[in-house]
Amino acid sequence: MFKFTVRRLLQMIPVIIGATFLIYWMVFSLPGDPTAGKCGDRPCPDAYVAQFEEEYNLNDPLLVQYGKYMAGVVQGDFGESYYGVPVSEELSERFVVTAKLGLMALGIEAVIGILAGVLAALKKGGFIDNVVLVSTLAVIALPLFVTASVLQLYLGIRWELFPVTVGSDTSFYALLLPAFVLASVSLAYLARLMRTNLSENLGSDYVRTARAKGLPQSRVVGVHTLRNSLIPVVTFLGYDLGALMGGTIVIEGIFNIPGVGNYIYRAINDRDGVVVVGAVTALILVYLFANLVVDLLYGLLDPRISHD
Amino acid sequence: MRRVRRSLTLASALLVASAALAACGGDDDDGGGGQSESGEQTGGEITVRGCNPENPLVPGNTAETCGGNVLDVTTAKLIKYATEDAAPQNDIAESIETEDNQNFTVTLKDDYMFSDGTQVTASSFVDAWNYNAYGPNGYQSSYFFAPIAGYADLQCTGDGEDPCAGQGSQPKAEEMSGLEVVDDLTFTIQTTEQVSNLPVRLGYTAFAPYPESFFEDPEAFGTMPVSAGPYMVEEFTQNEQIVVTKNPEYSGEFPGNLDRITFRVYNDASAAYADVVAGNLDVTDDIPVNVLQDDIWLSDLQDRGTEREQGVISTMGMDPTVDKRLDDPALRTAISMAIDRETITEQIFAGAAAPADGWVSPVVDGYVEGQCGDNCTYDPEAAKAMWEEAGGIQGGLTLTYNADSDHGPWTEAVCNSIRQALDVECNPRPVVDFATFLTQLGDKEIDGLFRQGWQMDYPSIENFLVPLYSKGASSNYYSFDNADFERLNREAAAAPSVEEANLLYQEAERLLAEDMRIIPLWFTTGQVGWSDRVSGVELNAFGVPDYAAISLN
Repeated sequence: MFKFTVRRLLQMIPVIIGATFLIYWMVFSLPGDPTAGKCGDRPCPDAYVAQFEEEYNLNDPLLVQYGKYMAGVVQGDFGESYYGVPVSEELSERFVVTAKLGLMALGIEAVIGILAGVLAALKKGGFIDNVVLVSTLAVIALPLFVTASVLQLYLGIRWELFPVTVGSDTSFYALLLPAFVLASVSLAYLARLMRTNLSENLGSDYVRTARAKGLPQSRVVGVHTLRNSLIPVVTFLGYDLGALMGGTIVIEGIFNIPGVGNYIYRAINDRDGVVVVGAVTALILVYLFANLVVDLLYGLLDPRISHD
Repeated sequence: MRRVRRSLTLASALLVASAALAACGGDDDDGGGGQSESGEQTGGEITVRGCNPENPLVPGNTAETCGGNVLDVTTAKLIKYATEDAAPQNDIAESIETEDNQNFTVTLKDDYMFSDGTQVTASSFVDAWNYNAYGPNGYQSSYFFAPIAGYADLQCTGDGEDPCAGQGSQPKAEEMSGLEVVDDLTFTIQTTEQVSNLPVRLGYTAFAPYPESFFEDPEAFGTMPVSAGPYMVEEFTQNEQIVVTKNPEYSGEFPGNLDRITFRVYNDASAAYADVVAGNLDVTDDIPVNVLQDDIWLSDLQDRGTEREQGVISTMGMDPTVDKRLDDPALRTAISMAIDRETITEQIFAGAAAPADGWVSPVVDGYVEGQCGDNCTYDPEAAKAMWEEAGGIQGGLTLTYNADSDHGPWTEAVCNSIRQALDVECNPRPVVDFATFLTQLGDKEIDGLFRQGWQMDYPSIENFLVPLYSKGASSNYYSFDNADFERLNREAAAAPSVEEANLLYQEAERLLAEDMRIIPLWFTTGQVGWSDRVSGVELNAFGVPDYAAISLN
């Protein structure tokens, strides 16, 4: 187990270097003038552009730029955004918000998704199963920004149940509506995944044996079947944590949440490459760690999967 | 506000632990109601939409609206433009006098103070202007000082991408010879040529005075500027908010009504708009395009909105020396008459643009209606007739634009309009970005039509003509070279009064209508919407809400 973890951690190093280089290369070889828009609706004066390029090493060849950047990253310096603010400083502030939003969404998704899946699987073709089927279909069919805007309009503006936007108040309550919207699509997939798995497992031999032994239904489902059915669900959740954190761009824009998604969106618009690379690198790290945790969880759920 | 709190309590009880409730209360503090018990018409606090400034809050290095909106209320200049008609009024200036339009004497009022308690003196201006103009500082607004004698000596002389790099390319001087401090409250400006409208230019943010503390640490100044305007920056949190409060030292004629204005940063126009509709935000000057359609926003806000044309014009140009097919002015006029400006501004811009009737924005001093006349009126039959009489052209037209901005839809629409009216092939042609676009224009590589836009620096008719179309001007991509145009501009610059100068500039503008190589398309309009808590919201000629004039209901 320990050896496995160390090996996985070491494997992350080439992945990170490779990924940052690819991102760096793509972001900085994109056409586009980073000073566009800084001077209003007109080109910037030459002296301003020259100073700007000097400050951000934009005149160097790409490899030299990347080398300078990585040298900083190794020392914990992610560079400065085009606004002159250190990326690491802003990123750490924003990460707290996005992580909160992502974990809340993950929690909502896991609780509601698994519960709905179990209830649907227990009475296949019953009323609850049909409700879950139809409602998940509806949620999957709706694009995220539509769900978000509609809920914002009704729950926020019309009925005044939730704050319309989040702004600087990133409390649990303020983030609840955005987290719910964010969770909605994955929640639907998760419920369906759970239902299929559980109902399949319920028909298997070991369940029949358990029943024959006279175990109560709660123990058959709650301990024997559920645990086995959770393996693909945990895989999905682990993958989804990364997707949730990276996929908040739309939600953070609509609800004005000062998180990483908003940061990346602004940076892409401003062609603020250093920020894009820094933020995406941080997301890659989250993704890798989430996957590691998922792999370790397998062992706990199913002892047959060994990491030694 | 109050209703929000009640339902909020209910929802919280149902949904979450009570801890969340306390945390939510914090955001609603700005709702005046309870705390301003004095209940006066002045005072109180509002929250308005802001965006993150692209540069530090230094007046000489801010040319975009995110920082500009804040600086607009924190800085005082020699001149202030009236909100309604952009007419220049003396602010810090007691008087600006000249006899020959080349030597100006500026006298300051003696009671203007910076927010740090130091006095605004003649050297606050002269030092600031020299600093802004000095090439190696790389300030955006450097070019504003170009008319002042000695400006060239402050510029780097090297060439290539960075004119300041390399030995011997440093500027000759650090101070412009044309600026001289006479005494504490008087200084003189000498320009290289006659400039009859110099006083009008001095109201732009770039001409704001700097306190002594600026020169000690320009960088610290950029996050917490000290200024002489009715408001001062109290808090500046990157990407979150900028708070300005009343400047206690302000003694000028244009004090604000409110005690405190918070610019809350939004990245998304829809989020700010939703907050205004719900009453959580008081003013937004960025109305999303989807609600501009059919005036949805005005019904959402129950008519608490207004719109106004701005000093921004979009044009379409061509260079007959590059594309020789377009040498006949009749052909160029036919193209202009083939464009259905009315429908395009309605359909594509949903009213965020208004058809242009000339080359000068209606918000500025010296504008006259209909300078382009029939040449800018959609008339497909007449256009077709004119086109055929002039012989048409071989091949098709292209309309080149920079693809890093949202020009795709309208170029498509303009080409459709031309194609249908004149029966000539017309295709939009994207160039990857603005910088490449300008380089290609400068190198005379773009034939056919190309887009251009201009945002005014100061509200004068001159600013829409001379920097764009005079011979050798850096933005004259049209090879427009007209002796009469040059003569009229020269005469206007030497005219004894602004009124007489404007008449001459108007005559010069009419020459553009004879030539038609620059085709006016539309003026950008700006919108502002507000909550039911405030009143007196108006846009100035620059499309910026006059925050200082807003009051609580």
